Parts: sequence; C-alpha cells; structure tokens
Amino acid sequence: MAVPILKQGPFLIASIQSALTDTDVLQLRDDVMAQVTRHRSRGIIVDVTSLDVMDSFVSRSLQGIARMTRLRGAETVIVGIQPEVAFAMVQLGMSFEDVQTALDLEEGLALLEAGFGGT
Amino acid sequence: MAPDAVERIAIESDADVVTARQRARALAVTLDMPSTDQTLLATAISEIARNITTYAKRGEVCIELVRDANGRRGVKVVARDHGPGIADLERALTDGYTTGGGLGLGLPGARRLVDEFDIQTAPGEGTTVTLVKWTRG
Ligand SMILES: Nc1ncnc2c1ncn2[C@@H]1O[C@H](COP(=O)(O)OP(=O)(O)OP(=O)(O)O)[C@@H](O)[C@H]1O
Ligand SMILES: [Mg+2]
Repeated sequence: MAVPILKQGPFLIASIQSALTDTDVLQLRDDVMAQVTRHRSRGIIVDVTSLDVMDSFVSRSLQGIARMTRLRGAETVIVGIQPEVAFAMVQLGMSFEDVQTALDLEEGLALLEAGFGGT
Repeated sequence: MAPDAVERIAIESDADVVTARQRARALAVTLDMPSTDQTLLATAISEIARNITTYAKRGEVCIELVRDANGRRGVKVVARDHGPGIADLERALTDGYTTGGGLGLGLPGARRLVDEFDIQTAPGEGTTVTLVKWTRG
C-alpha cells in the first residue's frame, strides 16, 4: 500500500498507514525523493507510529532516505517509533545513529522548524 | 504434545514475509504472550523469511504452538528453503557478515530476539532455521 505524502509548507510528511512490504518501502523512498525535488522541501517527517515491526530492511531503507534527502539539503526525522519496536531494533543490532528521531509528529515538526525556521 | 495448530505459509514474495510475521503474532496472541515478545518474534521471522526470498527465492514458514515438558507454551517457527545453503555458517551468524549487500544483522539478530534458535544448512541443499519463543512464567 502506497504511503501518502503531504506537503506542509517547506516540509513533507509521510505517514505510514499499515504494514509495509519491501516493495512499498522502496516506493516510499522514490516518492520522497521525487517530492523533495519537486517542492524543494527543507525537511521530511516519516511517521512510523503504525509500524509494529521495523526489521533490518525497513531500518536500512529509512536510513537510506535520510542520507539521500540530506544530499538534497533536506533533513529527515523519523517519528513515532513504538517502545516495543525500539526494543526489538536494539536487540537486532540496528543503530539509528545518523538519523534524527522524535517522539511524535509535533516534536518532529518542532525539530525541523528549529533547524530550518526563518530560512 | 498435541498439535494445536500448524500453519504453513509459502514464501515467494515480499508480501509473504509480512503475512508470515503477522500470522505468527496472531498465534502468539492466543497464548497471551506479552506484546513485547510478540514484537521480538515477529521481527525475527521477518529477517528469516526475507533471507528466503533474497537468497533462495522461495521456501516456506511453518508456525505452530508448542508446549514443553513443564507445560510452558510457546510459538515455534520453522523456515525452510531448498536454496543455495550457507557455506560458512559461523561467519553468517556473525554481526555484519553479508553476501547480499545487507547489514548482516538478520541471522545473528534473529538469534538474539528468540529463546531458541537452530540452523541446519548445507551448500546446494538449502537452509532450515528453527525459532522458538516461549511465554513467560
Ligand atoms: N536462507 C538462506 N539461504 C542462503 N544463504 C543465506 C540464507 N540466509 C542467510 N544466508 C547467508 O547468510 C548471510 C548473513 O545473513 P543475514 O540475514 O545475517 O544478513 P544479510 O541478509 O546479508 O543482511 P540483513 O539481513 O542485515 O539485511 C547472508 O548474506 C547470506 O550469505
Ligand atoms: Mg538477512
């Protein structure tokens, strides 16, 4: 299922609605890159609140999105990682070191605005 | 040990990977397994099932409810394929080892996520990974 991406001012908000197949994840990556380019976005929020599993593929792909968008001058923030999902990711050995995260959409937007507000 | 329920899921596409982990979680729920443990189990299955589609193209995941000698209940998952097998199992179980451009976390990570982990493999014959997650107490 495709992930809807909303434009909110200089930012994009991608809200994952349901479990993602690997194909969906790659589609999300391509869609985000296309929209960042089209709208010259300064920041992207990927809301993963509804994901009950973040395995190595999803984690690696989200890191990929963050790195690619950064090369376009846009910062990506992953919001809404559930506590149990975070626990599983740590056990799995995933580190999200170079990716910005925030508790929820509101905090994610605040983070982006603090970094890019007024520009 | 009465075979409470056995579910077999053919693994051929990335959608099947999602189905396998969702079915396992649904069975774990029937045991009142703590939700955190359900998540650990589902994540482990996702890794193992994806290795099937990545390295063996197709295979299957069988999920069943099991009970040990003390009556403790759990979910057992057997992921089987007849793909290329793993030549150097010890390295494959090491964090960071990958032949597929991944992070090399799938097998060692899945092992950390479950209570029992076994892998049988031979080059040219395929790979069978068995996982068990027990309910607590
Ligand atoms: N079912 C399988 N059949 C054949 N080879 C396998 C299978 N599962 C794993 N392997 C081999 O073991 C290696 C390690 O697997 P593991 O899942 O740990 O990492 P990965 O798949 O390479 O990367 P990641 O899972 O982090 O994306 C693989 O690169 C592959 O060579
Ligand atoms: Mg793997």
